[in-house]
Amino acid sequence: MGRYVIRRLLQMIPVFIGSTFLIFFMVYALGDPVAALFGDRAPDPATAAQIRNDLHLNDPLWKQYLIYMKNIFTGDFGTAFNGESVTSLMGSAFPVTIRLTIVAILFEIVIGISLGVLTGMRRGKPDDTGVLLLTLIVISVPTFVTGYVLQYLFGVQWGWVSPSVSPEAPFNELILPGLVLALVSLAYVTRLTRTSIAENTRADYLRTAVAKGLPRHRIIIRHLLRNSLIPVVTFIGTDVGFLMGGAIVTERIFNIHGVGYQLYQGILRNNAPTVVGFVTILVLVFLIANLLVDLLYAVLDPRIRYA
Amino acid sequence: MATSVELSTEEGGTEGGPLLDVRNLHVEFRTREGVARAVNGVDYSVDAGETLAVLGESGSGKSVTAQAIMGILDSPPGFVTQGKIIFQGRDMLKLSGEERRKVRGARMAMIFQDALSSLNPVLNVGEQLGEMFTVHRGLSRKQARAKAVELMERVRIPAAKERVRSYPHQFSGGMRQRVMIAMAMALEPELIIADEPTTALDVTVQAQVMDLLADLQREYNMGLILITHDLGVVADVADKIAVMYAGRIVETSPVHDIYAKPAHPYTKGLLDSIPRLDQKGQELYAIKGLPPNLLHIPPGCAFNPRCPLAQDVCRTEVPPLYRVSRDRASACHFWKEVVGDDSAPADKA
Ligand SMILES: Nc1ncnc2c1ncn2[C@@H]1O[C@H](COP(=O)(O)OP(=O)(O)OP(=O)(O)O)[C@@H](O)[C@H]1O
Ligand code: SF4
Ligand SMILES: [Mg+2]
Repeated sequence: MGRYVIRRLLQMIPVFIGSTFLIFFMVYALGDPVAALFGDRAPDPATAAQIRNDLHLNDPLWKQYLIYMKNIFTGDFGTAFNGESVTSLMGSAFPVTIRLTIVAILFEIVIGISLGVLTGMRRGKPDDTGVLLLTLIVISVPTFVTGYVLQYLFGVQWGWVSPSVSPEAPFNELILPGLVLALVSLAYVTRLTRTSIAENTRADYLRTAVAKGLPRHRIIIRHLLRNSLIPVVTFIGTDVGFLMGGAIVTERIFNIHGVGYQLYQGILRNNAPTVVGFVTILVLVFLIANLLVDLLYAVLDPRIRYA
Repeated sequence: MATSVELSTEEGGTEGGPLLDVRNLHVEFRTREGVARAVNGVDYSVDAGETLAVLGESGSGKSVTAQAIMGILDSPPGFVTQGKIIFQGRDMLKLSGEERRKVRGARMAMIFQDALSSLNPVLNVGEQLGEMFTVHRGLSRKQARAKAVELMERVRIPAAKERVRSYPHQFSGGMRQRVMIAMAMALEPELIIADEPTTALDVTVQAQVMDLLADLQREYNMGLILITHDLGVVADVADKIAVMYAGRIVETSPVHDIYAKPAHPYTKGLLDSIPRLDQKGQELYAIKGLPPNLLHIPPGCAFNPRCPLAQDVCRTEVPPLYRVSRDRASACHFWKEVVGDDSAPADKA
């Protein structure tokens, strides 16, 4: 197990370098960051040249990348479009997105798994068919549509929640955005749980559990759920990375100043340090989440052995 | 004189009656294609310490009958529509779900064919064995683990103390089936149903596992229903045999009589299809045709389309179970001819 983890961590290095370089290259291709810095005004040529020099923009791309990486490892992610350091931007944005992700994951676990278990055990019944149809709709409608509709209904029409989130973004204001963010994954969790439950219900070991004279609740929790939820738990674990990076749309709709919002601003302003910095952290989160999921998988299913 | 009989003794308390008495059991599966009549009036009984071997082709209803007795039918689609399952004097079909559950595993237990798929892959065997004691006996987890080790030693699994924390996939096939046997034995039930317990095993370990099962049965004086295709095993361990065809018992008999003189053409066909040393090189006999479609069981004797002795009466009249001797019965209109009696076809009762 230990050797496996070390190997996986080592494998992360090329993935990390490759993906950050790719991002760096793409942002570079976006256009002239100095022009973007000045917006509509034409920059004073001397100042522009000075900035160019400070930002090493005259150096070849690979050299810029190396300088950037060196800075990252000293904790310097550069300066954002508004003059703040990217690190301080991260310090305010990541906690917000993490809170949003937690809310979304909770929705996936509580609602997604419950619906999946319920429908999995009531296959073919009307409520099963209804939920299945609902998940299909949720999956096929884009997030910005469901987002705006729910925001309008709950926030504007009925006034149950405030339609936009304050800069501090406390948990209670993130309930609706968290639901919107979770919705598609939630539908997948429901379907995955349902299939898994249905499959395991027919398994021989479950018939054995019944033949042992175990009470129903024990059969369901200890035997059926314990097995059926293994793929679901790993799906949700992998989803953490997706949710954090995929919150751009949701954060835009509810005006949440999280990672997605800052990333969007960074792209809008051609601010390479913001974009590359945030994406770099997201790549790391994603890689680590995946490693943890694989390790968790081995814990949940003793048949899985890593060497 | 041939008469149609119920081979079982009087209904009543535990005293006197057999340990298990299945009477006129009917099970059907209500599927989209129609109603499959998997069990159509099974009668058999087992006493304490007795081994009943159940034989019959694939699909004849051996497992479904066993599942109905255990109360673990897939329901829906499976339903018991008629009959009685009298176990220790109580009709299992009249018990509440909770009363039935307390019998399951504790008083009657089942051993399945494929131990790998029948054991929970993510719980170690200690937990799966110990569960019997925590649930049915209210023992603590620690006590239950000690009991699990004890059980594993009793079924002769080496290094039980260490292996109690192993998972099913970490055992060999034979050892895994021993775990299954240990689980069935855990609460020392009066009846064990073993559904092809050695079919999934290597030939080399089949005999060991079968010996273990037979030893334990003798030691605890349990009733054993042994579902098997292996007629060799039957001759060694069974006291009596029930042959099933299309969801019915077509013949029941003490084990020795049936080999010498089968009383039903189907049994005769089964016995003739075993390879024998003295007939080496000869072509093996096979019963012609296929088992009936359970959605459309032929009228009269279900075996008639395949039976070499079939007459007109076989296509219209369902043969009852005729008493052949004190402890034998056959569901064939012409059992006398089959046994070798030259007298005319028996009258129906
Ligand atoms: N869950 C089910 N749903 C529908 N039909 C079923 C189900 N289980 C069993 N049957 C029907 O019952 C019939 C008898 O099955 P059973 O398993 O008792 O046969 P068997 O005698 O044990 O055969 P084998 O030797 O292959 O184990 C099958 O042919 C099948 O049509
Ligand atoms: S009743 Fe007729 S068809 Fe059936 S087994 Fe006897 S002889 Fe054959
Ligand atoms: Mg079977």
